[in-house]
Amino acid sequence: MTTPKTSPEVGGMGHSIKRKEDPRFIRGKGTYVDDVVLPGMLYLDIVRSPHAHAKIVKIDTAKAMAVPGVLAVITGADLAKYNLHWMPTLMSDTQMVLPVEKVMYQAQEVAAVLATTRYAAADGAAAVEVDYDPLPAVVSPQKALEPGAPVLRTDKKDKKDNHIWHWEWGDRAATDRAFSEAEVTVREQIYIPRIHVASIETCGCVAYFDKVNDKLTVWMTTQAPHAIRTVFALVAGHVGLAEHKIRIISPDIGGGFGGKVPVYPGYVIAVAASVLTGKPVKWIEDRMENLQADSFARDYHITAELAAKKDGTLTALRIKTLADHGYTDAAANPSKFPAGLFHVCTGSYDLKAAHVEVDGAYTNKPPGGIAYRCSFRVTEAVHTIERMVDIMAHQLGQDPAEFRKKNFIKPEQFPYKSALGWEYDSGNYAGALDKAMQTIGYAELKREQAEKRQRGELMGIGISSFTEIVGAGPSKHFDILGLKMFDSCEIRVHPTGKAIARFGTKSQGQGHETTYAQILAEELGIPAKDIQIEEGDTDTAPYGLGTYASRSTPVAGAAAAVAARKIVDKARRLAAYLLEVAPEDLVYEPGKFSVKGAPNRSKTIQDCAFAAYTNHPQGMEAGLEAVSYYDPPNLTYPFGSYICVVDIDKGTGEVKVRRFVAIDDCGNIINPMIVQGQVHGGLTMGLAPALLEEISYDEHGNVQGGSFIDYLLPTAVETPKWETGHTITPSPHHPIGAKGIGESATVGAPAAIANAVVDALWHLGVRHVDIPITPPKVWKLLREKGVTE
Amino acid sequence: MNVQVTINGEKLSADVEPRLLLVHLIREVFRLTGTHIGCDTTHCGACTVLLDGRPVKSCTMFAVQVHHRDIQTVEGLEQNGALHPLQEGFIAEHGLQCGYCTPGMLMTTKAFLAKHPSPSEDEIRWAISGNLCRCTGYVNIVKAVQHAAAKLRAAAPAGGAR
Repeated sequence: MTTPKTSPEVGGMGHSIKRKEDPRFIRGKGTYVDDVVLPGMLYLDIVRSPHAHAKIVKIDTAKAMAVPGVLAVITGADLAKYNLHWMPTLMSDTQMVLPVEKVMYQAQEVAAVLATTRYAAADGAAAVEVDYDPLPAVVSPQKALEPGAPVLRTDKKDKKDNHIWHWEWGDRAATDRAFSEAEVTVREQIYIPRIHVASIETCGCVAYFDKVNDKLTVWMTTQAPHAIRTVFALVAGHVGLAEHKIRIISPDIGGGFGGKVPVYPGYVIAVAASVLTGKPVKWIEDRMENLQADSFARDYHITAELAAKKDGTLTALRIKTLADHGYTDAAANPSKFPAGLFHVCTGSYDLKAAHVEVDGAYTNKPPGGIAYRCSFRVTEAVHTIERMVDIMAHQLGQDPAEFRKKNFIKPEQFPYKSALGWEYDSGNYAGALDKAMQTIGYAELKREQAEKRQRGELMGIGISSFTEIVGAGPSKHFDILGLKMFDSCEIRVHPTGKAIARFGTKSQGQGHETTYAQILAEELGIPAKDIQIEEGDTDTAPYGLGTYASRSTPVAGAAAAVAARKIVDKARRLAAYLLEVAPEDLVYEPGKFSVKGAPNRSKTIQDCAFAAYTNHPQGMEAGLEAVSYYDPPNLTYPFGSYICVVDIDKGTGEVKVRRFVAIDDCGNIINPMIVQGQVHGGLTMGLAPALLEEISYDEHGNVQGGSFIDYLLPTAVETPKWETGHTITPSPHHPIGAKGIGESATVGAPAAIANAVVDALWHLGVRHVDIPITPPKVWKLLREKGVTE
Repeated sequence: MNVQVTINGEKLSADVEPRLLLVHLIREVFRLTGTHIGCDTTHCGACTVLLDGRPVKSCTMFAVQVHHRDIQTVEGLEQNGALHPLQEGFIAEHGLQCGYCTPGMLMTTKAFLAKHPSPSEDEIRWAISGNLCRCTGYVNIVKAVQHAAAKLRAAAPAGGAR
């Protein structure tokens, strides 16, 4: 890190100051949704479908209503009276809140029980009797698109198949031409399975409709409170909810990772129940509901082809993908991009031609297509290109590191226009890879591997040199349900020189209360400890699109800097007035204005703040406040190079990650301690899908992996001792030169691990292994290749 | 049924349903909300509290099982305005992010350090393997525990472990 500009007492950028959030969390004094208790609060529990696809013949609520404490059983028919049984998804598809005719996936909400206690609600839910008439379940997206497959969305008039949309991007003709002229091509089927973010806190809410004031307040686990408020107003306007009478409070959140972006039926039912009863209603899902019904991530069936010259120069990329969306497209994507930012799939390489096609399919599975700590399908893109580049390097007999360096976009090519239309802001890919190779001792590892191979031991070295695309996004191209993807910061400097700043984002553990204060400290020279940061209350915070896709620093962080500069402009005029000079005769360093040529004559930002309320010049408005709604001119492109060393146990098939070096570049760093912590966590959420996590379904649509018994999160024992480092290549268009870091490691790590495994097995004839690379999968593969213990 | 229990040194009692879970007694009856629920099935450890000094997962115990016994929760770690060395360690080493698993981690490691004053990294990793964290990748949790272990050793009387 370059030397910080501010003193440790001010705590601007580059200081590893301790987090402002921690004192409450380490005392158990955070306020998460389930900690919110209101007088007279009722509890909601949900009845869920055991079938993946079935007609609802009858819902008998009599026994449930007889349970002491049960007040009501809410069904789709009840909601239909208010036209609230369906709701729009973020991708403008439709999703059931509660079904009237049929269920579309196992664990789908069927009815909800309202009771005076949590236990009575659960008893009531267990007592609801539902008669189903099972229908054939369509589980695989390939089968869903076969002619004659049962049409799932019978609710959509004129829908004759299970195809949702076709989307393609890039120059098909140029790409096909490049492939026909290619000297070498490789082709691979890559499946990136369905996984779940599984934040340790599940989802839930407390909804309270105050009938006296017609005001709805909802404490909820949401990463995007402002957008939720608008969605509620649009969806429930016809039953009397108006946006100025809706307050969404996103309290402390126990991890989000993308899973707390969507609107789940439970939230809507709780709101409806509170509006009807006028009482507060709490709904908290349990872990199995969370894993089985909340939005999934990924589920991409990819066919990728890569073309090159014999000398190893890459020329073209062609991808066809089948996206399994479950029964509705409830992906959280910018609306222009149904496959998210998957078309960043040319990665870190100077490819002249590329073409991507994606088709979405309906199946009898839960909806989703949200991120798993990743910016809109970027992991899918990175995994594909990094696997393909590795396959090509091995195919050509070239060292994967040298092969990458040969094909990298060079530092002097930035800003770089990719074949698929993105403008990469800045990068030094070889710099990061060199540092990773040096840190891990690449040459020595290659020698060790060669020796071990002689002895029949299976050791692999895998590289991933990823490029991310984060900070959505420029309003020209980016919106969700029409809401442009700007973000905001509002600053108020108090008379005594302390400040409060509010944002349209919402931290879920990223440490915004600390890092935003550091950005403001850097700009204003007001110590970070003197700046209160608030987010997540739509009645007080300025409008913004929320925190996901690593957009907080790129967008709201930029808003902080821009708003702070407005404060400095006004403070400069106040200082000029106090010093009786012209504003342009002042020199500014963070926190202080001094007269050019007379540095002893100066005023601090605190002096200016006091004057703004006590001694402002005639003709100037009092106060010292500013707001910025920042519309980014471009996305930011963090990058990095990871190198992973694995040893494979021939007896058990277990893959042991022996070493993992991660060199990240997120531009200028706000808080090195927090950045490193984000990378540690991201790497662990990269390891998880690479080796452990998958939610699969049997042929009847029964979920496998629907609890922590069989959906395996890494513990401290499986998690490697991560080795991290960084390079710094500032973003040229961001006010503080920062990019984003929360998701880089999750995006980049799986490919490094998969590449290491394949590297260990390539000489046996293995070209690809789908993640998660579990011991049974490897054991079976080894036996197929004739390897025994 | 009547349950009498000492929580963080305070004698408390409540009339409860026999099936009431311990975690709900702590969180909802006594309103000590620092103890969290993450999985309901003993896997994640967010609900870990100390029962007579031993870590237990309070989501899979009944409240009535702690009758006449001693419970410690995260709220009891700070004594007379002084943070426990583990709490200091978690702040100093950035051992938490969203904070949701943190109370369980603190209670598990408190019991662990009482028995293992000079643990190796691998011993710490095994000790917290019943507590899931989705944010930190565990690296800094291990450092936080080492930080606390050193501090506790320094504070312990010579030759004796605390």
